[in-house]
Amino acid sequence: MQHTFFVLKRTVLVGLVFLLSSCALEPWVKPYERDNLADPIMKLSRDAISQNYMHHVYQAREAGRGAEGGSGGGCGCN
Amino acid sequence: MITYSLTGQSAVLPEDRSDAMYHKYEGGGMVIDGPSVLVRKSFLEKFSASANYYVDNVSAASIDVLANASPYIEKRQEYSLGLDYLINKTTVSTSYTNSKENDYLANTAYFGISQDFFGDLSTLSIGYSRGWDSVMKTGDPDFEEFADRQNYKLDWTQVITKNWIASLGLETVTDQGYLNNPYRVVRYLDPTEGRGFRYQTEVYPETRTSTAVSLRSMYYLPYRASIKFEARTYSDTWDISASNYEFAYIHPYGDHWIIEGKYRLYDQTQAEFYRDLIDPLNNEQNTEFVARDKEMSAFSDYSVGLGVSYEREFKTTGFFKKFSVNLFVDYFQFDFENFRNVLVHDTNPGEYAVGSEPLYAYDATVTRFYFSIWY
Repeated sequence: MQHTFFVLKRTVLVGLVFLLSSCALEPWVKPYERDNLADPIMKLSRDAISQNYMHHVYQAREAGRGAEGGSGGGCGCN
Repeated sequence: MITYSLTGQSAVLPEDRSDAMYHKYEGGGMVIDGPSVLVRKSFLEKFSASANYYVDNVSAASIDVLANASPYIEKRQEYSLGLDYLINKTTVSTSYTNSKENDYLANTAYFGISQDFFGDLSTLSIGYSRGWDSVMKTGDPDFEEFADRQNYKLDWTQVITKNWIASLGLETVTDQGYLNNPYRVVRYLDPTEGRGFRYQTEVYPETRTSTAVSLRSMYYLPYRASIKFEARTYSDTWDISASNYEFAYIHPYGDHWIIEGKYRLYDQTQAEFYRDLIDPLNNEQNTEFVARDKEMSAFSDYSVGLGVSYEREFKTTGFFKKFSVNLFVDYFQFDFENFRNVLVHDTNPGEYAVGSEPLYAYDATVTRFYFSIWY
């Protein structure tokens, strides 16, 4: 549990630092410069249904788990 | 999955779309296939609801099954419902998932918040989920155990340049309760047995805490194509350390085709209590917790994948906007460093001494074929 609280504390601190700093910075990539970023080939995950399935494939066969991106909290499907 | 506009608008709800997929995993004596259907629709301008139905039809004759049980067939069904609420640059997400098979029930609730800032160049997401599992055992109606799971996650997604986006992820998972697979066994040296060893049920610790940190990055090339890089490092209180790396290249062809190739590497160390073979007289091996799950052993795997998508917009301005058809095939190779193939005692009797069997390895093919439609 101590490990969990440490991670939580670190998480909250990182979040607060970024939220507080956000008021002071100008965006360095202007809205009219974001065409390439908006291209579908630049999505970290194009299709949730496909991504979720691959996470399931990995989690069922590898001990590593977590931080795969996307929402949700695992399927509990050993 | 929360989707954010990167075109200068504030946060947006996920796209209205439906997907229907056929998936298949085949390898190591296992064939697992089935459908998955995901439907998402926004309403009242600020809400987006999603529903997912997923099935695994399992035909199991893996090495674990063949070594000490009979091949079996079973079905797992999973239902998920989700709701996202958008208010200014903040999205609040919640979901509930129920997974059911004849000997395992799992319920998971998720709550998360995402916030855009730095002129929508950054997105910070924090999520928490809680799971309640019931573990049963076929053939033993009195057997029922429980496990609780909690996930804490943080994702920070950052636009770095007009051609580069990256995401840093952190997730801690804690499990408590019955974490064994009740069918898996460990093997003990026993000269009185014909094969020279006997099996006994595994004993796992009742708690596990893990932390994973990942970095994912997409880069837009000087021509219309992108490269993806992912790296993750993992460790847990069972002494397992793991890392994986993935590299992908995404290349559009013409106006309607997208081709994708990827390579992924994974490796892990063993759990502290993993034993391939236990000498009952050796106190260093014959410990309180013992496991012989190959997933707890030291191993590595790699996979190569190829995917093709065909996407087309509807010419008429009706309810549907566009559709896509997608096929992805991944080939996996698993190589174990200290999990031995005990089946050789049946296929090649007398050829190998106990503890000197060849190391186990297998390959697998994973197929995803799905249709998506936007509206």
